Amino acid sequence: MADVVLRNISKRFGAVQAVGELSLAVNDGEFLVLLGPSGAGKTTTLRLITGLESPDAGSLMIDGRDVTHDPPGSRDIAFVFQQYSLYPHLTVYDNLAFPLRSPARRVPEPMIRERVERTAELLHIASKLNNRATRLSGGEMQRVAIGRALVRDPSIYLMDEPLSSLDAKLRAELRLELKRIQLELGATILYVTHDQVEAMTMASRIGVIRDGRLLQLGTPREIYESPASLYVASRLGTPQINVLPARLLSDVPVPPGTETVGIRTEHLQLAARNGGQMVGRVHRVEHLGEQNHVHLDYKGETLVTLADPHRPLHAGQEVELNLVHPLCFDRAGQRIPAAIH
Amino acid sequence: MAQIRVENLRKSFDQFTAVEGSNFTIDDGIFFAMLGPSGCGKTTTLRMIAGLELPTDGRILLDGEDVTFRRAAARDIAFVFQLFALYPHMNVAENIGFPLKCQGMARREIRERVQETARLLRIEHLLPSKTSRLSGGDRQRVALGRAMVRRPKAFLMDEPLGALDAEFRHLMCGELRDLHDRIGATTVYVTHDQLEAMSMADQIAVMNKGRVEQIGSPQEIYDRPASMFVADFIGSPPMNFLRFEGGLRSGDRAVSFHDARIAVPEIREDRASSPLALGIRPEHIRFADTAPVRGEVFGAEYLGTTQIVTVETAHGRVAARLPSSASVRIGETVGLEFRSERLALFDVGSGVAIRTVHDGSAHHG
Repeated sequence: MADVVLRNISKRFGAVQAVGELSLAVNDGEFLVLLGPSGAGKTTTLRLITGLESPDAGSLMIDGRDVTHDPPGSRDIAFVFQQYSLYPHLTVYDNLAFPLRSPARRVPEPMIRERVERTAELLHIASKLNNRATRLSGGEMQRVAIGRALVRDPSIYLMDEPLSSLDAKLRAELRLELKRIQLELGATILYVTHDQVEAMTMASRIGVIRDGRLLQLGTPREIYESPASLYVASRLGTPQINVLPARLLSDVPVPPGTETVGIRTEHLQLAARNGGQMVGRVHRVEHLGEQNHVHLDYKGETLVTLADPHRPLHAGQEVELNLVHPLCFDRAGQRIPAAIH
Repeated sequence: MAQIRVENLRKSFDQFTAVEGSNFTIDDGIFFAMLGPSGCGKTTTLRMIAGLELPTDGRILLDGEDVTFRRAAARDIAFVFQLFALYPHMNVAENIGFPLKCQGMARREIRERVQETARLLRIEHLLPSKTSRLSGGDRQRVALGRAMVRRPKAFLMDEPLGALDAEFRHLMCGELRDLHDRIGATTVYVTHDQLEAMSMADQIAVMNKGRVEQIGSPQEIYDRPASMFVADFIGSPPMNFLRFEGGLRSGDRAVSFHDARIAVPEIREDRASSPLALGIRPEHIRFADTAPVRGEVFGAEYLGTTQIVTVETAHGRVAARLPSSASVRIGETVGLEFRSERLALFDVGSGVAIRTVHDGSAHHG
């Protein structure tokens, strides 16, 4: 495993700036997740690291070595794609062994067996080693695809939304497994996704990316609790952060320059009416099982917050809104760090 | 407006039984969701209600009238399909008005109805637009408008939001429910997505292998699942099951779980010793050093407000939902304490929930 460092990498396709002056250091043993919508430049970034694309400007270092102009084969990278592509005529064992049998590597068979068996154990597919790849469920196939990257011991694993084609249950299971495997192996992973839950639950650090630019880099907790901008704040958290123009607030001191406030569910307490200035009306109560989502109207704006499912709230009811340390943003949507006390 | 009643409805395709003996009533004005994995029979049931499929057995009543063998077009029901097809050469107003034009309605009346429909959907400003220029959400709204414009007695929808990404889907759920509140038409909505069903429906029928496992409000189904299938299908992460072997007596307030006594809601049935499972939702678990069920922390997943902590116990993995402020170390040993009034018990053989003091009003499928 090794550090991977991108310095001011840019890539343009015709009129589209896919990646713009991106600088990023993936530390040895780190699980770094790039989070962004489609078209943000996530996949292009991965392809630039593999060498499948070459940058217009900037440099790429792997383990202290400049590999910007090296061919893909010499970069010592393992890639897991969104759509698993296994060799259908081979067994699971042979699919896993395939990367080690490449003429460029020449790994002796006993060592291949050891690595394949250990990887299969790690991914809970040891009992399937003799099955044909086509006889597996979707989740098992994706495990094999991940396994084919894991049998090698590359500098870095690059993963492009490897869980997105799986159903929700399986995705949740593999999230947990992948994180555990990464910790066990001390693997360095750069993982891209548009799914905030994947980013929050697996990442050592998250890089929020948009229009080819890195907007913020930090631990999930840092990004969630101290977002640099309104955009970043809106990328993490369910329900999505509420946004109110600051002029609609009453009794809430905000720092000068505050144009909008961002209110997460933990910044908003609902109480019975008791003379407070901010009064909202319950529009709808959504029962999601462990929590209710309460939709409130406040001065023509909609706020959504969580409430205990057994708390009696009903449509039409008026409630008092108490804001506790909401996030403040300026006219440009940048965070004003001073918290409200 | 309409009440829909389904009696002993059954459908077989050759050897395969898609729907077996369903009975339920959808009251007038209700938003009713049929929820289940693919192949559970929900779409087949919907298609029989619509008249697109004939049942092998049983009856369908619309406002008390037997429509089982009536043609789809004569049922006064609007069907909204998963993939919305709009007519690309017509503008929005023409698309919405098309079903009325086919009926031979006068042009002025069509214009009024289209206006009214567009107002309900809040898309009046789009009426002159070409459909090719519309966003995904607006296309959905136009397709809905085309179903609404006939003023049908009921709407049947088959995964209408299936093709949208998660965030947008949740937004459309809110819109569909708001629309339902404005027009109040009986709606039957088929989905495999528990969040969609929970978020919108007044009543949910959870289906599995052609059978209705449970019908109830979202909260009833979540809090008092009638079977292990329902408990596992609803909730993210789903309910945890801890297996053990034991007998039960009506009046018991605790069970012998391996070497421990665990308090449960008062049991209301007798049972000889058999494989059982304790069911516990992740948010009803706390860490407590003295708790008898113990395990090692396997993983912690940060979610902002809360975190999901997975614990490896001797009886399987257990997911607990804790505040994100709780500090948890991978590999540490913890005790798991359950909120006893929230525990469920299941017979593992049949998967059916054991009756407790909470089961006064629960529906068993």
